[in-house]
Amino acid sequence: MKISLENLVDVLPIMGKGMLGIFIVTAVIIAFVAILNSTTKNSD
Amino acid sequence: MEVLYQNLLTISWREVVMWVIGAVLIYLAIKKKMEPSLLLPMGFGAILINLPNSGAKAVIDHLFKIGIDSHELFPLILFIGIGAMIDFEPLLTNPKLMIFGAAAQFGIFFTMCLASLFGFELHDAASVAIIGAADGPTSIFVANTLKSNYTAAIMVAAYSYMALVPMVQPPIIKLCTTKKERLIRMNYTGKKVSKLTKILFPIVVTIVVGLVAPDAVALIGFLMFGNLIRECGVLDSLSETAQKVLANLITIFLGITIASRMTANEFLQLETLLIMGLGLVAFIFDTFGGVMIAKIINLFTKNKINPMIGAAGISAFPMSARVVNKLGLEEDNQNFLLMHAVGVNVSGQIASVIAGGLILALVR
Repeated sequence: MKISLENLVDVLPIMGKGMLGIFIVTAVIIAFVAILNSTTKNSD
Repeated sequence: MEVLYQNLLTISWREVVMWVIGAVLIYLAIKKKMEPSLLLPMGFGAILINLPNSGAKAVIDHLFKIGIDSHELFPLILFIGIGAMIDFEPLLTNPKLMIFGAAAQFGIFFTMCLASLFGFELHDAASVAIIGAADGPTSIFVANTLKSNYTAAIMVAAYSYMALVPMVQPPIIKLCTTKKERLIRMNYTGKKVSKLTKILFPIVVTIVVGLVAPDAVALIGFLMFGNLIRECGVLDSLSETAQKVLANLITIFLGITIASRMTANEFLQLETLLIMGLGLVAFIFDTFGGVMIAKIINLFTKNKINPMIGAAGISAFPMSARVVNKLGLEEDNQNFLLMHAVGVNVSGQIASVIAGGLILALVR
């Protein structure tokens, strides 16, 4: 085991993209569910 | 006569250590009731596989080859059962709760950075980090797809910490919140969601996630397939089979199959201890991420959110939701956070799969 700052620097952009990606996909799903809820509320 | 003791002479101390580890897992499963459905088969499998010249090794290796190595079949089939067990209604009545599920995956990426700092290669760092998904099938799927060298340690860590959520989360939640914040009451309106929404939800989520992270289609698809069987209303018997018989059957095989990677040579490495430590870090920072996003949202909203519910975004369902509800009642015995916490908890299940898919897309 050795400390590798180089590895850390390489991974930081992946962390940024990963968290951003999760939030973007989540936002899309939230929007879809909100639309589904409003368009189907009287269908039952 | 030599035949009787010949094998005894080949026992190594490392194998004995693995027997002890196997026994500890069995003890934790039975006495402490920690994820018994996985820890007991893993513990027993560890003993089987570490008996000298074990005749069980070939069979368990074969189970690993067909059930995990080739296309991660066992965890995916298990996900059908898990999907059939989940009721997404608390989330569908308030879909904004998904934000907390997303934020609670922060621990995964933080741990990936830490693991890289400690010298793990990227694919191993990502595999270790996915312990933070707090979801066995996702952890197995990602670690195996990335061909991690530490699959067994990752599995043991993932399932152990999932069982330890009631011990790990409360101190972190209390550290990150003030008493005033923990006392925030949240009313649950219990709005009904249409059947059409419940049917379309798994289909829409599969398409959205699949388009962004194609590597996650199997994971999200099987999970949502199970949920669709549950919600369609015309497959009650299949839903019941998926929830009980199928899930139990696969769980029996999965635990003992993972043990194929618990040979003394593979498991007894310094890295195993480090992975256990990093797994704990992942859970801690998942909790931190979920709570902090709630505190940030509270800076901008009039109707305050109890930040504790953010901690339920960790995918350990339903333990995390129960932990948050219990903490809420400890502070104020009229503050029932369960339904909000359950909504966040099930969103964490989806978010952890998204995180797994994104990790595969970004790291492979």
